[in-house]
Amino acid sequence: MNPLDFSVEELDALFCLADDIKADPEKYSHTCDGKILATCFYEPSTRTRLSFESAMLRLGGKTLGFASADSSSAAKGESVSDTIRIISCYADICAIRHPKEGAALVAATKSRIPVINAGDGGHQHPTQTLTDMMTIHALRGSFSNMTIGLCGDLKFGRTVHSLLSALKRYENINYVFISPDELRIPGYIREDVLEKNHLPYKEVRKLEDVMPELDILYMTRVQRERFFNEEDYVRLKDYYILNREKMTLAKKDMMVLHPLPRVNEISVEVDDDPRARYFEQVQYGVYVRMALILTLLGLGGKVNA
Amino acid sequence: MLNVGKIEEGFVLDHIKAGMSLRLYHDLKLDKLEDITVAIIKNARSNKMGKKDILKVECDIDMLNLDILGFIDHNITVNVIKDGEIVEKKPLRLPERITNVIKCKNPRCITSIEQELPHIFVLTDPEKEVYRCKYCEEQYTGRDL
Repeated sequence: MNPLDFSVEELDALFCLADDIKADPEKYSHTCDGKILATCFYEPSTRTRLSFESAMLRLGGKTLGFASADSSSAAKGESVSDTIRIISCYADICAIRHPKEGAALVAATKSRIPVINAGDGGHQHPTQTLTDMMTIHALRGSFSNMTIGLCGDLKFGRTVHSLLSALKRYENINYVFISPDELRIPGYIREDVLEKNHLPYKEVRKLEDVMPELDILYMTRVQRERFFNEEDYVRLKDYYILNREKMTLAKKDMMVLHPLPRVNEISVEVDDDPRARYFEQVQYGVYVRMALILTLLGLGGKVNA
Repeated sequence: MLNVGKIEEGFVLDHIKAGMSLRLYHDLKLDKLEDITVAIIKNARSNKMGKKDILKVECDIDMLNLDILGFIDHNITVNVIKDGEIVEKKPLRLPERITNVIKCKNPRCITSIEQELPHIFVLTDPEKEVYRCKYCEEQYTGRDL
């Protein structure tokens, strides 16, 4: 439902299982033989849906589902509670995405099978957070003792908010927020997450100034629809374009992550830089979803959901 | 003035803001409990408040969960009656969970489109008295009851 549904130990177990899958995918290619994953997508998100389906297929399982609300009984007015009861009869596990906040929780309370929240409106998108964390885990080995820079739209970007609340449980992380004044991290996150947990953080406006300090740079997209006028948007979207020049300021072992899709905030010339890790991140997303499916089906790992 | 007889076991909820008693009757879900005797006294004279409402509920004192009162109005006095005497003035505290008393106003919340769902709020910060919707985690702000 929420990345915090798992304890630190359970997350570790999940990431270790994902490591093992990555090391020897063949070993897991039939673990879900005869199992079915239902992907119930009330709003289109091809990338997330395919990532789930790929994960299930690679485990030897099968998938069924719908990709948008029009092609499901929701169009006829069926409630989420009813749909999930039906899906419980058709599948062994379900990934649900819904435009309304809390929809996955409703599904989980009525369901007989494990439910994975694949995004509920602007609320949570836990498997993206797991993907981000898995990438950091795999490439860095730990979450502690690092400086992470989060850049772009920090006000509306839910991936940033979820990642923050997931990382707050680890020690010695310095946070650097890089955003224009209009898109600063919201007050409630500053109070409830950062100040309440005494996390060290600073807010800056210029990416170049902090580049040398960062171990991780998490880029996000500045979305046009968030702005009142086009001028501001044009001015700000170019403010944060990550290019080769800015990369020269960064540490040799820094890594650039991005939840994707990107528009122009990371210049394509950065793609070939070994520190650009955002495409690998997608691959880790599949591994961590495989680990999650196995764990929730009780076929591996030690998490009790 | 209207006379209502005394009760053997139950609760007398005093100092209810005038006009609020019927609402409390529903919020306490007294309409769902059969075989209990309830007196709703509206606009009683009060030295302290001018006018006030009183609710007298004759029932087994373990039957009723009064936590919701702490959320609605902590000025209400709760007298616990046993064998015809006041045995306790119950202090009001904030309930951990509120079901179907307040509604989530977040237009993006699943409860906004699925009417049959119970509206549930959970106390997330007792110090600041913050309640959040169980589904979308939106904070409940307006205490306009």
